Amino acid sequence: MVAQILFLIAFVIAIALFYKNAKKILRNIKLGKSIYRSDNKRQRWLMMFKVAFGQSKMTVKPIAALLHFFVYAGFIIINIEVLEIVIDGLLGTHRIFLFLGSFYNFLIGSFEFLALLVLVAVFAFLARRLVLKLKRFSGVEMTAWPKKDATNILVIEVILMFAFLTMNSSDLKLQQLGHYPLAGWFPVSQYLHFMLPTSAQALIFLERFCWWLHILGIFAFLNYLPFSKHLHIILAFPTTWYAKLQPMAELDNMASVNNEVKAMLNPSFIPPATADTTKFGAKDVHDLHQIQLLNAYTCTECGRCTEVCPANITGKLLSPRKIMMDTRDRLEEVGKNIDSKGVDFNDGKSLLGDYISPEEIWACTTCNACVQACPINIDPLSIIIDLRRYAVMEQSQAANSLNNMFANIENNGAPWKYSPADRLNWANNLPN
Amino acid sequence: MSNFDIKVPTMAEMMAKGESPEILFWVGCAGSYDERAQRVTQAFAKILTHVGIKYAVLGTEESCTGDPAKRAGNEFLFQMQAMVAIETLNSYQVKKIVTACPHCFNTIKNEYPQLGGNYEVIHHTQLIANLIADGKLKTENNETFKGKRITFHDPCYLGRGNNVYEAPRLALEALDADLVEMKRCKQNGLCCGAGGAQMFKEPEKGIKDINIERIDDVKESKAAIVAVGCPFCMTMMSDGVKQLENNANTTVLDIAEITAMANNL
Repeated sequence: MVAQILFLIAFVIAIALFYKNAKKILRNIKLGKSIYRSDNKRQRWLMMFKVAFGQSKMTVKPIAALLHFFVYAGFIIINIEVLEIVIDGLLGTHRIFLFLGSFYNFLIGSFEFLALLVLVAVFAFLARRLVLKLKRFSGVEMTAWPKKDATNILVIEVILMFAFLTMNSSDLKLQQLGHYPLAGWFPVSQYLHFMLPTSAQALIFLERFCWWLHILGIFAFLNYLPFSKHLHIILAFPTTWYAKLQPMAELDNMASVNNEVKAMLNPSFIPPATADTTKFGAKDVHDLHQIQLLNAYTCTECGRCTEVCPANITGKLLSPRKIMMDTRDRLEEVGKNIDSKGVDFNDGKSLLGDYISPEEIWACTTCNACVQACPINIDPLSIIIDLRRYAVMEQSQAANSLNNMFANIENNGAPWKYSPADRLNWANNLPN
Repeated sequence: MSNFDIKVPTMAEMMAKGESPEILFWVGCAGSYDERAQRVTQAFAKILTHVGIKYAVLGTEESCTGDPAKRAGNEFLFQMQAMVAIETLNSYQVKKIVTACPHCFNTIKNEYPQLGGNYEVIHHTQLIANLIADGKLKTENNETFKGKRITFHDPCYLGRGNNVYEAPRLALEALDADLVEMKRCKQNGLCCGAGGAQMFKEPEKGIKDINIERIDDVKESKAAIVAVGCPFCMTMMSDGVKQLENNANTTVLDIAEITAMANNL
C-alpha cells in the first residue's frame, strides 16, 4: 500500500511538472506570429507519416539510420512495458498483462531484444561523440551544455535499459526459485544471471530497486525533455506536419509589403484595415512565426544542416544549426523574462545582433542544402531570410555592394549597371 | 560556330503583326548582359529557331524578376519588380514561359502566381529534354562529345529548389559521351556560391571560396566538361576552373550550348 501511494505521488508529480513545462513551451511558441499552415491536410498527414514516423530522411546515412531506428523502436515499443509498470504501480499488482499468455512472452521477449539493440545503438552513439569525435558534433554552437545534454540523454538511456534488463533477470531468477509466478520469456536477461546475488531476499530487493529505478528514471527523463534537445521525440511530429509544402526555393511574398507596393503603384488603392502593421522582417523571436519557433524547440542539434552548408564548409561563421539553437535560446530567455519580470519587460536584447550576427546571415547562399539535410524538415533558411528582411528594410544595413545592386534594379531593371536599351544587344550579330 | 545571324522576334513586333508566340523566352539579366551568358542565350535562340518553335522575347521591355532583391531581404523592391513584370506579361497574354535562368524560373513559377502572374514556366533544359524525347532535336554531330567525360553541376534553384534533376541529364544522355556524377550531386549538390544575392557581393571571411570547394568535386570527377544550367553557376564554375592546374583541359558549358553544338547549330 505504501508503495502504491508513493508511486501515485511520483506519477502525479511527474505528469503535473511535465504539463507545466510543456504549457510554458507552448506559450513561448505562441509568442510568434500566427501563420496558416493547415491546408492540404492529407499531404501533411502523409508527410508526417513518412518523415517523422517513417524516418525517411534518415536513410541518407544508413548506419546512423539503423542505430537511430533501434532507439526509436525501443522507445515506442517499450512504452507498452511502461504502461504495465504504471498499472502495476498504481494497483500494486505484479505483471498485470500476464493474462495475455504466450503473447505476453512474445512481448517481453521483444522488449528484451529491443533493449539490447537500444544499448548497442546508444553505446555506438556515445562512441561517435566521445571517442571518434565526429566533426558534425562540434562547432562554435556546440558549447559545454549542448554536448553535456547529448551525453546526458545517452547515459539516461543506458541506465534505463540496464535497469529494465536487470529487473527482468532477477524476476526470472526469482521465478526459477519459486518466489515469483512463472511469466514471460527472457531471451536477453537470462544471460545476466551471473552478476546477480543468490539469496532470494537480495534478488527481491534488486528486482524492486530496478523496477523503481526504471520507472522513476522514465518520469525524470520525461521532465528532462523540456530542457533538452531530446524534445524532438515529441515535436518532430508537429514540425513535419506543419512543414512548408511548396518547392523549397519558393519564398513567401510578404503581405504587409504587398499592400504598400499596391498603394505605391496605384494611388487609389486603399490597404485593408486589418493589414499587419508590425515591422518588416524579424529582429527578435516574436517577429518570427510560430512554426519557426516550433522548429527551434524541435531541433535535436544533429548538425546535418551545418555539415552540408556551403558557407560553413568554406569556413564562414554561418551555421544553420546555430541559427536554430540561438532562436531557441533567445526564446527561452524571453520566456524566462516574462515569468520573472512580466510580459512588458524589455531586456533590450534581440535575436539579430545579440545572438545571430549580421555576418552569419549574409553568408547564406539560400541553397536549401540545410533544409534538404534536416531529417525532420526544419527550415533554418526562412529565419535567415526574415532576419535579412529586417536588416535591409528596417535598418538599411546591407553591404554597399548589395545597395548598389538594389539601386541598379530600381534604375535600370537589372542588378548590374547596364542600360535597359541594351537588353537585346545579344541578338544583334555578336561574334561568338 | 558562325556568327549569330538569327532574327529574334520580340513580343511587341509579334503583337503589331497580330500574332502571338507559343512560348515566351524570358532571357534574364545575366542572359542579356553578361558576355559569357549571352552566348548561352544565343545558343538557346538557335535551338528554338532550329526546331521551329514560335517564340518571342520581351527585349527592352524585360526587367529583373526581383529575385536577387528578394533573397537579399528587399521585399519592397522585389514586389515592385514583380508587379511591373506581371503587368507586362499579362498585357501580352503570356501563357507559357521558358527561361535559361533557374532564379528567374523559380521566381516566375513559384512567387508570381500569388501576385497575379499565372504562367506555365519551364526551364530551358526541360524544353531541350522534351525536344529530344519528341525527336525534334537529334544529335547530328556525334564527334564533338564522343567519349568526352561530362559532369552536370546542379543549380540549387532548379534541383533542390524545384526538384528538376532529370531534364538536364536527359539532354546530356542524348550525346555519345561519358557522363559522370560528382560526389555531391542532385539533392546533395553543392552550391556554386552565387545564390541568395552572393553574386552581387563579396563573400564573408572564410577559409576559401565556395566555387573553389566545388571545383575539388569537378577535379575528382576527372570531367573534361562541366555542364551547367544557370548563368550564375556558369560564372562561378568558370572562375573556379581557372584555378585548376590543367585548366585548359576543363571547359564549362551550358546545356543549351552543348545541345546546339551537338546539332551543328
